[in-house]
Amino acid sequence: MNTASTIIGQRNNLAIAFFFIFVFVTLCITYWAAKKTKTSSEFYAADRSISGFQNGLALAGDFMSAASFLGIAGYVATGGYDGLIYSVGYLVGWPIVMFLIAEPLRNLGKYTFADVVAYRLHVRPIRTAAAVSSIVTVLLYLIAQMVGAGGLIKLMFGLSYASALFIVGALMILYVLFGGMLATTWVQIIKAVLLLGGATLLVVLILSRFHWNYGELFDAASARYGEAFTRPTVSAKVATSPLDLLSLAIGLMFGTAGLPHILMRFYTVPDAKQARKSVFVATGFIGYFYILTFTIGFGAAVLVGKELISSVGKGGNMAAMLLAERLGGGPLLGFLAAVAFATILAVVAGLTLAGASAISHDLYAGVIKRGQTNEADEVRVAKTATVVLGVLAILLGLLFEKQNVAFLVGLAFAVAASANFPALVLSVFWRKLSTAGAVASIVTGLVVAVVLILLSPTVWRDIFGQQDAIFPWLNPTLISMPCAFAAGIIVSTLKPDAEAEAKFESQKLRTYLGVGAE
Amino acid sequence: MTNPADSRPIDVHAVLEDPDFRELVRSKNRISFWLSAATMLTFYGFVLLLAWNSDFLAQKWSGSINRGIPLGIGVIIVSWILTGVYVRWANTRYDALVERVKAKIRSAQ
Repeated sequence: MNTASTIIGQRNNLAIAFFFIFVFVTLCITYWAAKKTKTSSEFYAADRSISGFQNGLALAGDFMSAASFLGIAGYVATGGYDGLIYSVGYLVGWPIVMFLIAEPLRNLGKYTFADVVAYRLHVRPIRTAAAVSSIVTVLLYLIAQMVGAGGLIKLMFGLSYASALFIVGALMILYVLFGGMLATTWVQIIKAVLLLGGATLLVVLILSRFHWNYGELFDAASARYGEAFTRPTVSAKVATSPLDLLSLAIGLMFGTAGLPHILMRFYTVPDAKQARKSVFVATGFIGYFYILTFTIGFGAAVLVGKELISSVGKGGNMAAMLLAERLGGGPLLGFLAAVAFATILAVVAGLTLAGASAISHDLYAGVIKRGQTNEADEVRVAKTATVVLGVLAILLGLLFEKQNVAFLVGLAFAVAASANFPALVLSVFWRKLSTAGAVASIVTGLVVAVVLILLSPTVWRDIFGQQDAIFPWLNPTLISMPCAFAAGIIVSTLKPDAEAEAKFESQKLRTYLGVGAE
Repeated sequence: MTNPADSRPIDVHAVLEDPDFRELVRSKNRISFWLSAATMLTFYGFVLLLAWNSDFLAQKWSGSINRGIPLGIGVIIVSWILTGVYVRWANTRYDALVERVKAKIRSAQ
């Protein structure tokens, strides 16, 4: 069954054809969306015209990155059970988004999550802090996606790394600049459908080789690699100790509830009812997808073989692609390669839009202009920020080409869980949160998460080349998130804000009833 | 409430004291709390088993499938079902309470 060769790395004309169709369709959508993207509400929030079901698919599109599709399949194919912790961890944040975040966010905010935190606090310090933590989260995620994209496209389309980055950057700028949130949403929806379809097809083809019996797949995996392969364990590249694993789990769960590009999507629906429906739809699709990726990983281990997978891509990244080639030849490989490209494009477009909103809505309109700006100016700044972020993403992608950036996604989740999530939850549920407390919480979460990662084995040992890491874990959230909550509570108690406490009452009306929501 | 006809401001304190509003806030916070707790219990229960008692998960479940696989997939499915429970509750109970309180606000204006 094992042939130790692959056409990956050669130019695949079918992949290029599929990709051109995707680009053509999405650019047509962008052209259509551009006519409906003039005001700030249209640019940031698609004029709140997206339905709950559509937004659910778009949330899934924003969240299911190529890194997690290829990464989890690769982890499982080379390490066995290890990858399942990511499959599960990436999903369990969604119920938390549903129960604690989605509806208050929709009712209290306008375009960014900073709107919610700033609702009853002093606008300028809060927006500055929240915008900085949003931009840091977005940039970390963006670098990881761009570097991954360059490498993948180089391997799958035979393009040079730099030209791959340039294509991704240019298309992403076009979508966001002209089509705003409306075009970005439809790019996400198309990509989500393609990715879910492609992954389903792969699993159907896998199961067809095992008499439609999931059990036989595992029999084959155990027979080939021994019991140890499917045995539930955690390897040292996931976590160094049980507490480190818990820290990873907390980061994945609460990071999801603090990612700016995910939170921003809740403003595209007309009301809280649709926001809640969209989380249900997104959770269903994302859960289904991660069950598929896990299965694809085992399928690749059995049908392709660990040896070939490890020899083609770093960390087994090409496992799903090699499996596609094995099961469907060049055509299926071409289709999935184009889907992976589309996935990268959609995710970076969503990230760029979130970053641009933090710059124009929070920093420019909120902090610099103190809320006294007109629509045209704000949209103009948002569009300038889009171009700047797009160019920056390309440059950072080039700069980090040779670095191992896998840890940056983990860091983005840790920052989101530590800097964004505590401030958001405290502002919605805790009457006594003061301006100083909220700023302290955001700054503490951000600084502690970043410093601990710098001192961790991933950076201190593997990148700086030091002997022993100062901080022993790979994942900081178990420390950094409680620090952020503690800072918020302690500083609010020391520096209370009577005005903000008084406004909590009217905020409650809006949180629970949606009275006055935009 | 953005209807220009309702130009009189809402009496915030009257709403906050309203028993229906208080019931609405209480029940929403209660269900959010318990469903979050259930999600965390399911997920962290799984993580802690994986961290400290992986022998339990390594026991065979069916054929060469060990317990860790259905339990992991089970966490995903339970999470999704819990979001469904919340949507069902909110669409039936919560929205009705919201409408009732909003109707009172309108008639008071």
